Amino acid sequence: MSFLVLDQLTKAYGDVIAVDRLSLEVAKGEFVSLLGPSGCGKTTTLQMIAGFVEPTNGRITLDNGDLLSVRPNKRALGIVFQSYALFPHMTAAENVAFGLEMQHVPRAERDRRVAETLSLVGLSALADRFPRKMSGGQQQRVALARALVIRPRVLLLDEPLSNLDAKLREEMQIELRQIQRTLGTTTILVTHDQSEAMALSDRIVIMNRGRAEQIARPDEAYARPASEFVANFLGKTNQLAASIRETDGRKIVSIGAALWPAADAMHCGPATVAVRPERIALTANGGVPGILRHRVFHGSHWLLQVETDAGAVTIIRQNDGQALPREGEAIQLSWRAEDMSVTPGKGPDA
Amino acid sequence: MSRNGPLALVFHGAFIVYILAPILVVCAVAFTSKGYLSLPTDGLSLRWFHAIAANRDFVDAFWSSLWLGTMSATIAIGLSIPAALAIARYRFVGRDAITTLFQAPLMIPPAVLGIAFLRFFTQAGISGTFIGLVLSHVVIITPFAIRLVLSASTGMDPQIEHAAISLGASALATFRRVTLQMILPGVVSGWVLAFITSFDEVTMTVFIASPRTTTLPVRLFLYIQDNIDPLVAAVSAALIALTVVAMIILDRTYGLDRLLVGRGSD
Amino acid sequence: MSAATFDRRNERVPLAPYLLSGPALLVLGTLLVIPLVATAVLSLHSFSLYKGIQNVYNFDNYVDIFSDPYFYAIYARTFRIALIVTLLSILLGAPEAYILNRMRDPWRSGFLLVVLGPLFISVISRTLGWALLFGSTGLVNQGLVALGLIDRPLQFMYSETGIVIALTHVLVPFMVISVWASLQRLDPQIENAALSLGAPSGTILRRILLPQVLPGVLSGSIIVFALAASAFATPAIIGGRRLQVAATLAYDEFLNTLNWPLGAAIAMLLLVAILAIIVGCNRLVERRYAQVFE
Repeated sequence: MSFLVLDQLTKAYGDVIAVDRLSLEVAKGEFVSLLGPSGCGKTTTLQMIAGFVEPTNGRITLDNGDLLSVRPNKRALGIVFQSYALFPHMTAAENVAFGLEMQHVPRAERDRRVAETLSLVGLSALADRFPRKMSGGQQQRVALARALVIRPRVLLLDEPLSNLDAKLREEMQIELRQIQRTLGTTTILVTHDQSEAMALSDRIVIMNRGRAEQIARPDEAYARPASEFVANFLGKTNQLAASIRETDGRKIVSIGAALWPAADAMHCGPATVAVRPERIALTANGGVPGILRHRVFHGSHWLLQVETDAGAVTIIRQNDGQALPREGEAIQLSWRAEDMSVTPGKGPDA
Repeated sequence: MSRNGPLALVFHGAFIVYILAPILVVCAVAFTSKGYLSLPTDGLSLRWFHAIAANRDFVDAFWSSLWLGTMSATIAIGLSIPAALAIARYRFVGRDAITTLFQAPLMIPPAVLGIAFLRFFTQAGISGTFIGLVLSHVVIITPFAIRLVLSASTGMDPQIEHAAISLGASALATFRRVTLQMILPGVVSGWVLAFITSFDEVTMTVFIASPRTTTLPVRLFLYIQDNIDPLVAAVSAALIALTVVAMIILDRTYGLDRLLVGRGSD
Repeated sequence: MSAATFDRRNERVPLAPYLLSGPALLVLGTLLVIPLVATAVLSLHSFSLYKGIQNVYNFDNYVDIFSDPYFYAIYARTFRIALIVTLLSILLGAPEAYILNRMRDPWRSGFLLVVLGPLFISVISRTLGWALLFGSTGLVNQGLVALGLIDRPLQFMYSETGIVIALTHVLVPFMVISVWASLQRLDPQIENAALSLGAPSGTILRRILLPQVLPGVLSGSIIVFALAASAFATPAIIGGRRLQVAATLAYDEFLNTLNWPLGAAIAMLLLVAILAIIVGCNRLVERRYAQVFE
């Protein structure tokens, strides 16, 4: 059952179309991410849902009621802003209580719910502290508590974790997901960080230039990207020059001496092969030959940059204690046919 | 940062003496026990301060200045808060021109303003009235008020008001509970600076004040033109003391160095 | 007060900023423009002792001012004093700002307060202090005699020298503010970079520091000059009735002679001269330094 529905939502600033006929149905309790590079329209979409930007066209429906006709201070949405936007002259508890005050919740119940929510985000000890005396992570939790305490119908998160350092960000991601699961709040997250989107969401909306390129579960979008943009945005993909030819009535795609079967419908001629770094293995023979140029250490894994005649290739190897080839060494690469996608008719982009 | 050499420190010392000399002299002479201008070499006396209280003219002028300053500063702040919020929050046609216009009174010599207001008020029939004084002072002090409220407003994260709205606050509640609280240091210091400027104002006021509505600086000026005696020194010393109090208030609410040169020490 | 802080109807022009700045605009706009225009018109009238202000329109007052050497002397004195005061405030204020900048706290903010604090004290009180210091038995003369620099007391009161000294005292804080502000914008690492490249401190001062501080000195000069040229209270008290400047002359015409049209003309000329100098010099500074600093 759809709880929040965006129907052909459009926003144009003069000639520039920031959001282009975006349609999305979010189920109750679902966690959906709007993912894309800056300028793709994800924040504008969020602001239209929040009511701070008026759409040029399209409708937004929440729980079967038209949302656009409701003023922004009556939409009962919880918003966590990128800069947290805490009230600097109020303590954490007062910040969290503000929304309840606006709803005229009586004092006793207000205090109870504030204490409850602060403890949910782990900040009970800081209830009487002012924002400027808090770390970024603590401020972020106050902002979250403030949005959650009003029991919003939808929780909107505008890049809430982008100001945190990497380690804190990972911790907060896990916590955020746990809290959302506990409360069952329908959530929309805006982010440019694809690993964050994939980690947290039930579904992702990958946006580019105002359009939704794909709306799918993270693992689906990753395995079967609907467009080249999605393929390049989610994770890394290698692109190699190959050719398709016909042998014994079957189509074959080849890079040098390495061969894989190809679909019959493909035309013969030059083609591009796309394969993810984690699906490439090192083999003794029969693979694509190349020279290992650089090894980059990343703690849990290595990145190997390999130079082949078909193009530059990046491979990921787990740091499992096994020996790695040295820089300058000649190696051979292989992968399964089902781990690559073949696009006939053009060479790889630069 | 390298330290100052002895030559620099001597220069600095001489400069400080230059700056403080007239002020200290005024305060010193105010405490003289003699009936004429002299330094209090025989010990401090409060006779001239008592004489202030007995001098009807000065006392009236003091209350006049106080009342004038309070009214003008309050009106100026009332005009400045919405104007500053408009400039800080919106990008609109004429924004730069309006911002410059608000500082325009500072570009016009106070004597010229005094003359202009004298002419205008005479033609409008309010020459020599208290209302005239208030209007003219509002014009002169609003640029200061706007500047301070504006600097407090531009530093404000606009998303904070969005946050309040998203939590259900009406426009009025947002202004009252959030915006105003956040710009309050700018508002208070804007008021105090406007008040001080009005209180000290003499050049323009001397043209438009009348015997009924004289301010303290004008009264002092007119008195000094006839003779200089320890009484004026005492009045000035008292004013200096009040100024120091006002400066302390300004420092607490806004930070004096930040006020004067735009950089805080925090 | 509408809190239209968000972007409704951005195809149409938002009303809110105009409504919000409206009252201030209205008050300042009318109370500035109308009186000034009225004064300009007044300057075109004539005046006679018996008939008062006559509503005719001519440039007689201006012709008067330009042709009479009496007026010329006064304007000349006004701008001469303003120029000397400006130069003195550069010589005193700029080095002081530099020295203050090199101090450590708490000295730094303490002395800054001392130097800038007098701005909050009425100009009357400050000038009164100089009136007390001058005078044949005033402290200045006593000090100079004691130091053996002079035999007889010098005439400071009712002299241009006295006006210059007192006016510089009143206005030098503005120069300090302006130079200080441009010093604050300096990246302290630039000086270190020059040192690392082998520059002696004199060269650093001359070729690195001075050029960067110059805009501050220039804009401070504009402020000081404008304020000095339009000064009233200090020349009135120190200079007395005999030593007129433009502002005191206008005062005299208005309140003593009652020749309002002439007073208005004097004021208008002063206004135009100062505005021309402010705008002109600002343009010069901007053009010369815009590329460097924006």
